[in-house]
Amino acid sequence: MSTVTTRADATVVRPWQQLVIIWALLLTVPLWLPFLGGYTAIAARVLVMALAAMGFNMLLGFTGVLSFGHAAYFGLGAYGAGLTLKYVAHSTPLAMLLGTLLGGIAGTLFGLLLVRRRGVYFAMVTIAFGQVCFYIAYRWDDFTGGYDGLRGFVRSALDFGLFKIDIQNNGTLFYYFVLFVFGLAVGLQALILKSPFGRTMLAIRENERRARFLGLPVEKHIWLSFSISCFFTALAGTLYALLNNFADPLGLNYVMSGNIVMITVMGGMRTFWGPLLGAVLFVMLQDYVSSMTTNWMSFVGLVFVLVVLFFPRGLMGMLQRRNG
Amino acid sequence: MLQLVLFNLTNGLIVGTFYVLMALGLSLIINLSNVVNFAHGNFLAIGGYLAFVLTPFIGFWGALLVSPFLTAILGFLVEKALIRHVYTRNHIYSLLLTFGLGFILQDLCRYIWGPSPLPLNIPEAMSAAVTPDLFFITWYRVFMVVVVVIAVAALFAFLRFTRVGMRIRAGTLDLETVAALGVNVSALRSYNFAVGSFLAGLAGVLAAGQLGLNPNMGDDLIMPSFIAIIVGGVGSLTGTLLGGLLIGVAAALTTVFYPSASEAVIYIIMALVLLLRPRGLLGEEGMLS
Repeated sequence: MSTVTTRADATVVRPWQQLVIIWALLLTVPLWLPFLGGYTAIAARVLVMALAAMGFNMLLGFTGVLSFGHAAYFGLGAYGAGLTLKYVAHSTPLAMLLGTLLGGIAGTLFGLLLVRRRGVYFAMVTIAFGQVCFYIAYRWDDFTGGYDGLRGFVRSALDFGLFKIDIQNNGTLFYYFVLFVFGLAVGLQALILKSPFGRTMLAIRENERRARFLGLPVEKHIWLSFSISCFFTALAGTLYALLNNFADPLGLNYVMSGNIVMITVMGGMRTFWGPLLGAVLFVMLQDYVSSMTTNWMSFVGLVFVLVVLFFPRGLMGMLQRRNG
Repeated sequence: MLQLVLFNLTNGLIVGTFYVLMALGLSLIINLSNVVNFAHGNFLAIGGYLAFVLTPFIGFWGALLVSPFLTAILGFLVEKALIRHVYTRNHIYSLLLTFGLGFILQDLCRYIWGPSPLPLNIPEAMSAAVTPDLFFITWYRVFMVVVVVIAVAALFAFLRFTRVGMRIRAGTLDLETVAALGVNVSALRSYNFAVGSFLAGLAGVLAAGQLGLNPNMGDDLIMPSFIAIIVGGVGSLTGTLLGGLLIGVAAALTTVFYPSASEAVIYIIMALVLLLRPRGLLGEEGMLS
């Protein structure tokens, strides 16, 4: 167990400087981003993708289980939020709550069918389940907008009775709203990873057989971990719908799942903050390449191949190795 | 009504045979190398496009014979250059690698042959109907089914009676022992990948003759192939065969009664199989977990 704990300490209890730098940068984005030619909406997109990938990483990086279908829960979150705003009530918090519940509960139920499978088979079944959600959104035209995606809703301002925060029209305020939600979510993730349950996840990752011999209910823990990661990814999905005022069926497609996996691996899947770094890189690359050339697929594909062959530990993993 | 059911039943069988060819290739690679080849659909597209290039020179029949071999060579080279580096690593890397490779191959097809659909010309006589009553059964469709049956029979004979085939089967069951007996496992995996690519290329030529060519023609076939493997049972090629035909026919028959659910039905079958018989129809105990 000792190796497990030391590695956990290296990843979960990170140096204070790292934390201060990350939050200082995130909090001041609207000040310095325009000078680099960026815009606030792209920073919000980075946070959303980072949250999706960090949620996913609870499963991949910290439990050692590979899902290749997390776009389903991301997309269900987005559609849940969009449908709530469109048909139920014009309320951002309600939309986020219902969207997160939709994606999270769907993931929890799918998880029941999944837990006994491992490795590539687990991945294959998660891909297939992801495609179910894609086809439903794609085919159910009158309800979900089909191929064109779900339009016709806008996020609402936050109304606290005494005062109002206009995240609807003010992009900077919306960025801070996303950052606030992101902060709460990753704080919760850090707490989960520090808890005994989080330690058990690491134990399963390090040596599943040994964890089983110690009497840990491995299947139950993997199921819980899968479910938790789905809730976080769905939460990110709701923010994605709010950001774009649009829910896209391609957000449910397995290509999106691949992107989430790639963000995680590129940033460093064994590290807590890796997916955030991965999201920064990935969103910038996507934005840049798609504005430069129509052959963006080959570029993204090439990045996938190069990362796998030459940087499998991801950026954060490489930095940590250099320091340690 | 009978006509309609019959029409969709034959459609289902034909689509099912494509699933079978795709899924058998994927299945071979998963069984021996534990790699889910996301780029398999792109190998199919390349097989089709190669036939398109070859047809003016050697005719459709020549292309049908040559193109799968070229696809197999491509598969062999890709395995040697890329895939073999990730065998010993976490599964995530093989998935990401083939995923990225699929993107590159698809863009390559788009770059070389353009984004718009292209036709693959089949011999005139093949597009005629077998009988006027059943106008939808063309000779080409009959021919496709025959080719698939021959290919599947040849594959099973290859695995049963040749030395390489036997080693592939043995490797599926216990790779370590096979390696300990002095078999060059690395070369075996390359040959195996080439055989899988051959099947994809063959499916590509046949599909191109029926549906025409476009750069993402493999995308619609790869998901059903995954499901054919899961339904049939990972580790069992006969299961894959059965799974492919089953979901092809099920999807086609659903089209008769409730068209918009035709894609959903194969996922429902998968969910049912996972619930009631987690190892798949013919899968061996423990192979799927």
